[in-house]
Amino acid sequence: MSTATVRVGVGRMVRRLGGHGWLFRVCLGVLVVFVAVALLAPWLAPQDPTVGDFADTMAGPSAQHWLGTDQGGHDTFSALLEGARTSLLGPLGVVAFSSVGGIAVGLFSGWRGGRVDAVISRVLDVLFAFPSLLLAILAVALFGKGLGAPVLAMAVAYLPYTARLVRGLTAQEKTRPYIAAYLVQGHAPAYVAVRGLLPNIAATVLAQSTVNFGYALLDLAALSFLGLGVQPPTPDWGAMINRAQSAVLAGQPLSAVVPVMAVVVAVLAFNVVGERLGERGTR
Amino acid sequence: MTPLLEVTGLRKAYGPTLAVDGVSFSLPPGGALGLVGESGSGKTTTARMLVGLERPDSGSISVLGRPLAPAVHGRAARLARAKAVQMVYQDPYLSLDARLTIGETLDGVLRLHGHHDRSARAARVREVLAQVGLGDREAAAHPRRLSGGQRQRAAIARALAVEPAVLVLDEAVSALDVSVQAQVLNLLTDVRREAGIGLVFVSHDLAVVRYVCDEALVLWQGRPVEHRPLPELLAGPEHPYTRLLLASVPHPGWDPGGIARRRRALSELVPGERPD
Repeated sequence: MSTATVRVGVGRMVRRLGGHGWLFRVCLGVLVVFVAVALLAPWLAPQDPTVGDFADTMAGPSAQHWLGTDQGGHDTFSALLEGARTSLLGPLGVVAFSSVGGIAVGLFSGWRGGRVDAVISRVLDVLFAFPSLLLAILAVALFGKGLGAPVLAMAVAYLPYTARLVRGLTAQEKTRPYIAAYLVQGHAPAYVAVRGLLPNIAATVLAQSTVNFGYALLDLAALSFLGLGVQPPTPDWGAMINRAQSAVLAGQPLSAVVPVMAVVVAVLAFNVVGERLGERGTR
Repeated sequence: MTPLLEVTGLRKAYGPTLAVDGVSFSLPPGGALGLVGESGSGKTTTARMLVGLERPDSGSISVLGRPLAPAVHGRAARLARAKAVQMVYQDPYLSLDARLTIGETLDGVLRLHGHHDRSARAARVREVLAQVGLGDREAAAHPRRLSGGQRQRAAIARALAVEPAVLVLDEAVSALDVSVQAQVLNLLTDVRREAGIGLVFVSHDLAVVRYVCDEALVLWQGRPVEHRPLPELLAGPEHPYTRLLLASVPHPGWDPGGIARRRRALSELVPGERPD
């Protein structure tokens, strides 16, 4: 019986996801391709993007290098594929941490209400005032370059967005009679909040997380571009744009344009998918 | 005989607003009381205090001679509270969890209340649903696939699954159309007769209250103004507010203008100085 329920659930989900128009479907398809590329990158990449061929720098597209090479002779196409890994893994960490933390804080605050809620809301207001990039740069200064410190700092910076959304939804949903019914039946308040209320607002929260993913990708790429994120030779879209500066000046912009396109397309796709999921959640 | 439900001197204020003041009544086993009044008369606040959703400022509520604690702590106390009084809500479109099927909702209630055997639970879900006239098709459906009447039956089944001593119905048929109202009212009189569950029927509609209840307590601005057996109350209402409520039910020769005039005259009375 339970497998049948699961199958029905998946079927309904697929049907619902399909019912959002062509733009949504295209963007969802793009995201699936990006994730697949990230997972399969080592097998897909024709060359090792960490090894540069100094005899063949800033080359144009050719049969050997489909998208040319950068000023260090690294194959741009391979770097693009392998770069998808770090470029998507970072935002995933940010979104995972900020969503879990934001849901916990927002649910607690919205459910408790009163003075606790007022204090938490003011603390979140203060957190809102810190630009995420600044916080990340601070974290790098404290803990050193790499993926860990910026991801942690941005998770903290993104937490208030999710927390505020969850808080508002919780305060609103809490007044619905089905929540009162759960309490009158004798369920513990914590159980009602987590198992009764949370699943009913999950769709909207998921949408916010998806949009956050796009922004986190953009911010992390900016950090890498500044040289504060993932360090070479690990391929990363932001770091690729950084390294390609001299190639752009030399009139060979392809090795910069390619990762820029990847970032733009990924952020756009995440925004569209997130927004459409959100519309469904509020319906 | 110990009354099923005994309420004395219930009082609740929200800031300067007195929502409920001095509400007392008792309900014999299998009895049915109508709490009657318009919006803002304090009847819903009274109902919410009965099920523990609001904490009374003063006054006491006893079920089968045992006083209910104003605040419950711990699982055993919560379950005992739930078994004392259950509630059915006004809006069947919002009072059921839209994510769960009716069967899953009832199964959750039974699981909480100590039915651990899965197949026994399934049998009991069937039994309770049959009691309110719903079958397997409705059990497998999500609330949005059901009509308003079916949803309200499901909500009643959810309350009955707890096996409460008293069932509070907060405007439970107001959101339903008239023919469905009659079905649900019949169901409630059956529940009362067969299960011996006491009913507290909160409503603005005296015609509906008359159908289910033996006696009625009329609330006006949070205060009880008249508490009498229904035939008596309907035949000779004493308080001007009760007379106004009776006149407000649409009937041949109905005069909405006159009712509005009488309402204005009544609201000019200073609250607290009740005309007797």
